[in-house]
Amino acid sequence: MSDKHDASSVPTTGHVWDDDLGDYINQPPKWWMLGLTASAIWCVVYWLYYPAFPISNAGYFTKGLGGWTAIGEMEADKSVVDEVRGKYEAKLKDMTPAAILADSELTEYVTRSGKVLFGDNCAACHGTNGVGTHDKFGLFAPVLNDDDWLFGGTIDTIHETIAGGRQGMMMAHADILSEAEIDTLANAVAAGKPTSTPLFAEKGCTACHGEDGKGMQAMGSANLTDSVWRFDSSVEGIKYTIKNGVNAGTPETRVAVMPAFQGGKLSDAEIKKLAVYVYKFGGGQAQ
Amino acid sequence: MNQEVGKKEPGEVTTLYNEFETWTVNTGGQTIHAKRMPGFFRTFKDRAQLALWLPFFLLPYLRWNGKQAILFDIDHNQFHFFSLTVLPQDIWMLSLVLLVAAMTLFAVTSVASRVWCGYFCFQTAWTDWFTWLEDKIEGNPTARRKLDSAPWGLDKLRKKVLKHTLWALIALLTGISFSIWFVDAFDYWNRLIHLQLPMVGWVVLVMFFVGTYILAGFLREQTCFWLCPYARIQGVMTDNQTILPTYDYTRGEPRGKIRKGGEAVAPQGDCIDCFQCVQVCPTGVDIRNGQQLGCITCGLCIDACDVVMDKINKPRGLIRYASLDELSGQPAKKIYQHPRTLVYLSIILIALAGIVWGLTHMGSMMLKIVHERQPLYVQMSDGSIQNKFDFKVLNKTDKDFRVKVTAEGGVKDQIIIGAEQSPMTHHGRQTSFTIFVKAPSTNIVKDVVPIQFRVESVEDPNVFAEYTSKFYGPNK
Repeated sequence: MSDKHDASSVPTTGHVWDDDLGDYINQPPKWWMLGLTASAIWCVVYWLYYPAFPISNAGYFTKGLGGWTAIGEMEADKSVVDEVRGKYEAKLKDMTPAAILADSELTEYVTRSGKVLFGDNCAACHGTNGVGTHDKFGLFAPVLNDDDWLFGGTIDTIHETIAGGRQGMMMAHADILSEAEIDTLANAVAAGKPTSTPLFAEKGCTACHGEDGKGMQAMGSANLTDSVWRFDSSVEGIKYTIKNGVNAGTPETRVAVMPAFQGGKLSDAEIKKLAVYVYKFGGGQAQ
Repeated sequence: MNQEVGKKEPGEVTTLYNEFETWTVNTGGQTIHAKRMPGFFRTFKDRAQLALWLPFFLLPYLRWNGKQAILFDIDHNQFHFFSLTVLPQDIWMLSLVLLVAAMTLFAVTSVASRVWCGYFCFQTAWTDWFTWLEDKIEGNPTARRKLDSAPWGLDKLRKKVLKHTLWALIALLTGISFSIWFVDAFDYWNRLIHLQLPMVGWVVLVMFFVGTYILAGFLREQTCFWLCPYARIQGVMTDNQTILPTYDYTRGEPRGKIRKGGEAVAPQGDCIDCFQCVQVCPTGVDIRNGQQLGCITCGLCIDACDVVMDKINKPRGLIRYASLDELSGQPAKKIYQHPRTLVYLSIILIALAGIVWGLTHMGSMMLKIVHERQPLYVQMSDGSIQNKFDFKVLNKTDKDFRVKVTAEGGVKDQIIIGAEQSPMTHHGRQTSFTIFVKAPSTNIVKDVVPIQFRVESVEDPNVFAEYTSKFYGPNK
């Protein structure tokens, strides 16, 4: 494009190198000068508009005229997500957990946010995905994936459990039963046949665990006939439970406390989500 | 500077300047006003351009089953081609389509040079239409040059306004036509007329309007010289076997002007130095300098030269499609002796095979299953073992349907829980649901066994997908 200009008419600096190399005194191209000026103006505008210049070590800086903040931008982005979630959340508000469960699309939504809620609030005791956690006495918090439920596995009872918490109780029998009686009972329970010994009825175990030893969900007593164990399936472990009881108030007793999440810890909607999420672990039972 | 160099002793290096002085590069300093002459290649070019680009304008209006037949539906992440719907999961086939397109370009170029540039390229086509309008409104090249240098007057204003209005209309139509490949055509027109396009729609339209107007109206051949990457790489595809518009210098040289009623003083070639070939060239090059960057091999110079050869009673073909081999007297090789072309062709065949395989194996449903990792299995109260599977079903058809879930393999007497209600799958997207498989622990003989799931539409058993996962149990 330089063919419009006649190079010989441009003056040089007068210096000559290597016999024939001269240095033209040319203006930079106009577009280049415009670009340079525009860049400089841009810098000033940017400095004024955005937070830019630190003033002291104490964190003072020019705030910018535009009022932009990183946290503000994040909040704005978050509102986009909230808008997507909004229509589901609005629906959830007036629905019972059972109704949510009946709606496949809502269930899909709820299980996704339930995963996060479970990780934040439940997994500490119940383990990731409800696999349970163990302490030195055996299982610390129940497995939530199986179909054995102390207080019931319908969607409503699960919801009730999370909302209000649970605390089962079994008295300590160390002073009531003889060593031999405890031994007989523990062996019968370990075999899964608690009713095989007459002691089971005589000593009043049936009062809580039922005539058939299958437990009573109303009071949260364990089913002693199935393959799922609340604490420890060994004879020694069962003996320990019979002797020291559960939540019996002594230092030796087994502890089994589910805290209430309603009233501050979690919102109603969050509890509903968790109920559905836990129900979908694989052990949820029909009404 | 050159004068100073001239003063020096002529050395080895200064011969470079000799080349430089004859090396003319068209930098757009002046507008090329090419002459339009009828002929074989002119007709071919006209028809080729229309054949490729008329569908660009018209095809989006084609309807199929009440919907746009060909639609790259970006809003919904779908590609509709008549009754075929391609979802993003199958878009890998697009890369093969692009590969076929690129290799076809290469193969054709290796055989007959820049066929794409000369007869099909949008830059060539739109420039040709724009200059055709210019020719109709402002007259032939001489008249156009005169008009350009004439002072502004009513006549000049009328012609220029008419020309630019028509150019702008074509540019606008180009932008609209491009847009409606991606959104519903009639809906787009409706929104456009009511000025209710979304922001991205306006941006695309303005970009294409301005782009077309400037590229075809003003930049023209400069686009091929300085902007287009293909113009540069296509030269690499050609070799001595490639046929391209070539000036037969053995026949033409030494060139010289024809003299009235007399023999030439010196022996003279067939080229009468009439510059017709240069005048008709849309990129303004002189083909007699040999194949060069500026030549888009459109063959218009061949038409022009043939007319002149007829007039002076010389055989046609002083400029013709010929290979360098032919020109230097080498025997012409057959196409199968051209390894370059064969390589391109085989890549095309492989890619085509991939597309055919993809289209026939696409299926109307896709199934992915993720086995729960923690816990791998759960012992239930009756002692049986339960596994959890997350099903992700992609329904590629155009309607929702319910599916039933069955399984083969796994453990004897296993039961599938969770699909009793036949889960609903939504068309055009993925649906997730959870399936449990429960089996008596006494039947579990190995800790891991394969289990093949089948998800099948309850309405049509031909719509199905299968996936092999694993069933985990305790170590035995």
